[in-house]
Amino acid sequence: MSKTMTQPELAAIEVKGMTREAFIMRGAIAAGGVYGLSTVGPFVGQAMAQGGGGDLDILNFALTLEFLEGAFYTMAVKSTKGLTGDAKEVATTLRDNELEHVDALTATIKDLGGKPVKAPGVDFGDAFASQDSFLELAQTFEDLGVGAYNGAGPMIEAVEVLAAAGSIVQVEARHAGVIRLLRGERIAPSAFDKGLEMQEVLDAAKPFIKA
Amino acid sequence: MSKTRTREQGDGDVAALDQLAREDAGSRAQFLKMVGGAGAAGALAIFVAACGGDDEEEEPSGGGSSDSGSSGGGKASKGDIAIVNYALTLEHLESAFYQQVLESGEIKDPKIGEVAKSISEDEMMHVEALTATVEQLGGKPAKAPQTAFDDVIAGGPQMILETAASVENLGAAAYLGQAGNIKNKEILAAALSIHSNEGRHAAVLNEAVGKSIVPDGAFAKPATMEEVLKAVKPFIKA
Repeated sequence: MSKTMTQPELAAIEVKGMTREAFIMRGAIAAGGVYGLSTVGPFVGQAMAQGGGGDLDILNFALTLEFLEGAFYTMAVKSTKGLTGDAKEVATTLRDNELEHVDALTATIKDLGGKPVKAPGVDFGDAFASQDSFLELAQTFEDLGVGAYNGAGPMIEAVEVLAAAGSIVQVEARHAGVIRLLRGERIAPSAFDKGLEMQEVLDAAKPFIKA
Repeated sequence: MSKTRTREQGDGDVAALDQLAREDAGSRAQFLKMVGGAGAAGALAIFVAACGGDDEEEEPSGGGSSDSGSSGGGKASKGDIAIVNYALTLEHLESAFYQQVLESGEIKDPKIGEVAKSISEDEMMHVEALTATVEQLGGKPAKAPQTAFDDVIAGGPQMILETAASVENLGAAAYLGQAGNIKNKEILAAALSIHSNEGRHAAVLNEAVGKSIVPDGAFAKPATMEEVLKAVKPFIKA
């Protein structure tokens, strides 16, 4: 067994300018450190099959949220009235991050033999009427995203999927903190970002999804 | 099979520590010193014991279907306790830092001061919660290490904020680095709830010092225990 532990650093390998492929590779590399790189693809698929598809459901749930956020910031950057300065810069960064999450989750789901959900229709009401109203809804989405991933985390079966979800949730938390800073709110609503139930998250997201 | 994979992959840090522990007495002593303080050394001892005992843990061999290491709701392994103590050591360090910063009165900007105060409160809560968790699990909580932040604080607000940003980014990466190693679901949930809180701190402090709020891009990178302990070494008194 100890022979399989000789490359622990692979699990934390640094990938500059991480692409969608690199994101998938992070999990694959971690597994590859144990089983040898050539076996990684089939191995991941097999692990997922054993996991009973729960991870795929979680990934698709996350993908839905990321679609929502990606669309939100894409529209916000284009059409928020009076969006300037730090808020505009942050909105642009967040848009880029969310779109990368969408790509990565889509690719991961496919890679694991699943079918990615489609982007939902969205409706953000008057959120883009002003910078303030945009930031207010942004805070809701980011805090929601943090709670969603934190709630799903312990249910994830595959270590590589957990690693990916952890990597994304930290970015969502970073977004949430900075949006709150811009709004003059306490940067964390609590010292502990409690996980939310999937249903709570879906209920909170529902008003912004067009049937 | 998935259980095996989970364990082996999760043992990266354990392997690194194990290796350190097995090396000559000199480097082991050096490592203990690096970790700092009897509490942390105790945590290491537990950790090493956990490594040695790795094979003792029962594999749910054969029949039992996907019981992949996460269903053990109530029971915590020694490895989990060690991870919580590792996190506790970091939280002690952070908490002490902000308390010293706030006492120093070096932060004059009221907005930044408010942020520092709220982060300080969060870190204290983390210390309390992790201490209680270790006790609840029947372990011995790591003691607060002796810290060495005098030079940082004497360096003024910019150095304080840059150090705070470094420590928070490191803390977030440290939690992320352990997520896959935690066996117990409740402990994982607790760790995740703190991990994202550290992520909030990290981004806000990065913003305050003019760094990217997402220095790793859209996907945050983890750090191993070895990397983290090495990075915090300058702030722990030998």
